[in-house]
Amino acid sequence: MEPGEIHALLGENGAGKSTLMNVLYGLYQPDEGEILVDGKPLKLKGPSDAIAAGIGMVHQHFMLVPVFTVAENVMLGAEQVRGRFTGLLDRRRARREVAEVSERYNLRVDPDAVIEDLPVGIQQRVEIVKALTRDVDLLILDEPTAVLTPQETEELLAVMRSLKAAGKSIVFITHKLGEVKAIADRITVIRRGKTVGTAEPSASRDELAALMVGRSVRLTVDKQPAQPGKPVLEVAGLVVDDDRQVRAVDGVDLTVHAGEVLGVAGVQGNGQTELIEAIMGLRPVLAGSVTLDGQAVHGWSTKKVLRAGVGYVPEDRSVDGLVKEFSVAENLVLDIYDRPPFGKGLSLKPDAIAKSAKERIEQFDIRTSSADAAVGTLSGGNQQKVIVARELSRPLKLFIAAQPTRGVDVGSIEFIHSRVIRERDIGTAVMVVSSELDEVIGLADRIAVMYRGRIIGVVGPDTPREEIGLLMAGITPDAATTSPTEGTTSPTDGTTTPTEGTAAPAPEGPGNEDEA
Amino acid sequence: MSTTAVPEVAVTAVDEGFWTRARKTGLVLLGLGVLAAVLFGALATGQQARFTLSETEGGAALEIHGTVGAILFGIIAAAAGAALLAGVPKRWFTLVLGVGLVAFVLSFLCWQVSAAPEGRNFMPLVNVVRGTFILALPLIFGALAGVLCERSGVVNVAIEGQLLMGAFSGALFGSITGSVWVGLVAAAIGGALISLLLAVFAIRYLVDQVVMGIVLNLLAVGVTGFLYERLMQTDATKYNSAPRFSNWEIPLLKDIPLLGPALFRGNIFLYVGLLLVLVIHLALFRTRWGLRTRSVGEHPTAADTLGVRVLRLRYRNVIMAGMVAGIGGASYTLALYSFTKNMIGGKGFIALAALIFGRWSPTGALLAALFFGFADQLATYLGAIGSSIPSQFLAMLPYLATILAVAGLVGRVRAPAADGKPYIKG
Repeated sequence: MEPGEIHALLGENGAGKSTLMNVLYGLYQPDEGEILVDGKPLKLKGPSDAIAAGIGMVHQHFMLVPVFTVAENVMLGAEQVRGRFTGLLDRRRARREVAEVSERYNLRVDPDAVIEDLPVGIQQRVEIVKALTRDVDLLILDEPTAVLTPQETEELLAVMRSLKAAGKSIVFITHKLGEVKAIADRITVIRRGKTVGTAEPSASRDELAALMVGRSVRLTVDKQPAQPGKPVLEVAGLVVDDDRQVRAVDGVDLTVHAGEVLGVAGVQGNGQTELIEAIMGLRPVLAGSVTLDGQAVHGWSTKKVLRAGVGYVPEDRSVDGLVKEFSVAENLVLDIYDRPPFGKGLSLKPDAIAKSAKERIEQFDIRTSSADAAVGTLSGGNQQKVIVARELSRPLKLFIAAQPTRGVDVGSIEFIHSRVIRERDIGTAVMVVSSELDEVIGLADRIAVMYRGRIIGVVGPDTPREEIGLLMAGITPDAATTSPTEGTTSPTDGTTTPTEGTAAPAPEGPGNEDEA
Repeated sequence: MSTTAVPEVAVTAVDEGFWTRARKTGLVLLGLGVLAAVLFGALATGQQARFTLSETEGGAALEIHGTVGAILFGIIAAAAGAALLAGVPKRWFTLVLGVGLVAFVLSFLCWQVSAAPEGRNFMPLVNVVRGTFILALPLIFGALAGVLCERSGVVNVAIEGQLLMGAFSGALFGSITGSVWVGLVAAAIGGALISLLLAVFAIRYLVDQVVMGIVLNLLAVGVTGFLYERLMQTDATKYNSAPRFSNWEIPLLKDIPLLGPALFRGNIFLYVGLLLVLVIHLALFRTRWGLRTRSVGEHPTAADTLGVRVLRLRYRNVIMAGMVAGIGGASYTLALYSFTKNMIGGKGFIALAALIFGRWSPTGALLAALFFGFADQLATYLGAIGSSIPSQFLAMLPYLATILAVAGLVGRVRAPAADGKPYIKG
């Protein structure tokens, strides 16, 4: 690393990027090898050593205490105190520090705002401020754009540029090629824990992708135009609360036809999860109706919904999709274990289960040591394939996939996408919910954008990314001209303003990602 | 089919919006107020209900006609309920609710006091306040122990055991050495020992903290019960006759009417308990230790990435909690009674309820503990004036208050996010 350099660390999920950086931040201990800072070997016993050595890190999952204020989060661990024995906190000084750093690097945050009230983009800013108040020279950003809207991403890239101008070095971990090309000075590609190459940002996307996965992959989804049939799923006026009894879905109407893919785009936490869970019978429907093939299914148990011909890939596979301790074979029949040929009366038929498991493992290219291996020992991509295999093994009317490729390697993404399209082509209605805009654009025949519990717009897949991005931030095309501050919802200074989002010139920026 | 279902469900959804928590509470309070005005008003006699500002019948007193008082306070309670039902600003909710509940209790007292037999139809407020504090004291210490533990993310169900162990060691070592101070230190160590076990199993070996807490309570009952029978019952003068702290009068403060005699002529435990509430509250919200404790209880991984040593801090807090609870246990044996088997008798669990009722804050816990203490004291008082309510019901009062408070008034409160979750690095 050189001072004032942005170094991108590119690799698939599970390639070892985050582990490497956690070692650098002192959270994990290296088994072998050493870290050199200014030519001297550095021994890190914990994060405090790393901070002392001028290394700061913004974690993929923010390390912020949700009920604390910004200032409290920033001072935690490096508190300024008055009086040596009492240890009284010097809040005024902490507030001033936050204000100073925000001023210097143009990272506006309100020191007294409580974290859980802030939008994700601002929380990330707090994380950066937190690192900067500790006088770091090297800042590690671990997958910083995973949770951001395209506009917020643009803002973050601008912040990174200004930090670079101030002489800070940045390690930027990601698997998104567009962002890397937009901002990085140097690129290191990691695969399976090894450095497989370095590249200049001028390298083409296909070259980088090939380095990442070790073979060339297609970045677009191959598909024919859809042949939509009759409506299969109809949702009308749906109202659903989240776990905190806060309205999460607020009057959603949507229809999915046989033989089409409806993509649901939106920044995480705008009601997509609750919408899907309500359709699946996992969450009470407070008002409105859900109709499957002309039959009202709201109020049904999840099992009944599944049996009615609905396939479901839940958004968090480790919590809702799989029983980690169970074998691959067992997980493959979790939905129909009590039906012939897998079960009869009180007993299971292990032979039938094993035989079917063998077939599925082959069909869906699930890489596992055996059908009896615990599913938790598989890689993320292969776990996801187990779920997809299970759900697509039944005749379906409707297939719902929530975040089908989150945390999944590029090879598996390609495979899962082709399976989704194949399901569409045999006439199943498909609904894909994803916070990856590229995935939605690639798969969907129509895109519904959710914002604050409502469908704010339904657009075609050839709609410009910027427009969808604005919709995700709550700005409809006509509203954008009349009230440009619509999107600035945060109490401090808003997520982004449209002018800033478009002003940053980024010919190769993430705005154009994967349209090639 | 779906068309018929839509409006039906939609109606309930609208209802949800109107029936906020405040409105539901208001409705209940309104009902209680009307009930009080009618029922207590009818049952009260024309006697004067006297609330004396002393320990006896004489002296300055607040007096009110029994029937008038019962009806008047009932109406006030009903009015407060109606106000909540009509909708008051959110920050006024607690105040209005408090006024309503106090009025309800006063209405009840007007009935009870005026209906008491001649010569006993007065309420000595000094005794009531003092009794409330004395009965609340173990709860205060117990709830503070809970605050220290749970704010750092360790669930403390073992408060009962810590109090009991403190009471026992205080009595035993106080008796053997003949010194209250040695007894006090021994009590703190006794409570800390139970805590240490909790800490080691919960933090080091990741045992379920609730299960561990229950096991420790049983252990404390078993160990102290066994030693009580073997040592204390065989030679009570040697092992179970601890010296007691005498009451200390605080100059000036002791002359404040009502509060002076009730609060400032007490023993060291009362002063220490109240002081601890203040100190822990300030420490928790104003100091480095407090910030770190709360961060570890909410998001230990975040604290760890900033160089806070999560496990060490938890160990320290859990052990401190044990010391506080141990001293609380000694407030029995080094000030009031000699040790008896299982003498805490569930107060540790009420302290746990006070902790939750008080929303994991020291001052909140103090208020909750006083609430329970008052219910307890009221039961005693009503028994003494020969109330027409059967004594079994009076004995239920504190526990009933606990259930109502925790289930009804508090509803959903937010515990520290990492409470009860062991921290595993990496």
